[in-house]
Amino acid sequence: MVKGTITIDQDRCKGCELCTGVCPKDVLVMDNDTLNAKGYHPALLQDPDELCTGCAQCAVICPDVCITVYRDPIPAR
Amino acid sequence: MMRDAPISDRVVVYERPQALADIHTHYCPGCTHGISHRLVAEAIDELGLNDRAIIVASVGCSVFSYNYFDIDACEAAHGRAPAMATGLKRVSPDRLVFTYQGDGDLASIGTAEIIHAAARGEPVTAVFVNNAIYGMTGGQMAPTSLPGQKTTSSPFGRSTDIAGFPIRMSEVLAELDGSAYIVRRSLHNVKEIRRAKKAIKTAFKVQMAGLGFSMVELLSTCPTNWGMSASDALTWVADTMVPYYPLGDYRVIDAVKDL
Repeated sequence: MVKGTITIDQDRCKGCELCTGVCPKDVLVMDNDTLNAKGYHPALLQDPDELCTGCAQCAVICPDVCITVYRDPIPAR
Repeated sequence: MMRDAPISDRVVVYERPQALADIHTHYCPGCTHGISHRLVAEAIDELGLNDRAIIVASVGCSVFSYNYFDIDACEAAHGRAPAMATGLKRVSPDRLVFTYQGDGDLASIGTAEIIHAAARGEPVTAVFVNNAIYGMTGGQMAPTSLPGQKTTSSPFGRSTDIAGFPIRMSEVLAELDGSAYIVRRSLHNVKEIRRAKKAIKTAFKVQMAGLGFSMVELLSTCPTNWGMSASDALTWVADTMVPYYPLGDYRVIDAVKDL
């Protein structure tokens, strides 16, 4: 399985929760313990089992372009 | 192992497009304006037109869109974006000139301008964001509001006896011979967003090839004025708007297929 990860620009996030709805691995949650500069609870990647595949669906649906998606390089065979 | 590679060694598969300015937008949480802005910016990046693109901003929630793109911009009077785009394109035909208009702008006060721009076959592109309501002014009924839809100016639902019927702009403009590429897409899920981006890119190519007028209609949400959560609003688009405004290609002239 391809491994990936994302970074979230939490100050840009408006807490709309669309990314949490499309994540096929359910590793995105709303960070209810944090308030960002805008006053929203931002999205947070909670992926202790490293399930994220870097599929980028969260980034495609994010209206505020908060998410950058990375994938691990595929090792040469 | 590979998983422990520092983030700098990983391959970036999705990042902020260059053509989008590094500015926080004023849009409400979950508003799909942000998505359509990003799709336009990605299309400009991929076509390498960052130095040649001009956005004609309209009036409505998209009124500040000239701030949100890192390209040349111009602000038009309410509904007059196609007229301004016509002038810009005629004096600088090598530029990519596109309007970014909402349904209150394009389908209401600006109906004459958009129809005549299409009828003249002006080689400009309109990105038409249709969310079936007036967003900026506080959720009044728009020409595109659905029959029975509750808005602040139709609190019991849009009555077709009093307010008539919604206008399907893509179908209207597809009847005009000056139109080269008229399609309707939606932004309610990841698959449709990807299709919408492809359509915007094609529309820009149609313009740069000088084939005629092009428009991409994007079914969008207004969670605040619809009184819904962002995810419920996407469901409402899929369940209620798409049946009334079917997605599809309404006019694609043969030359477009050769691009």
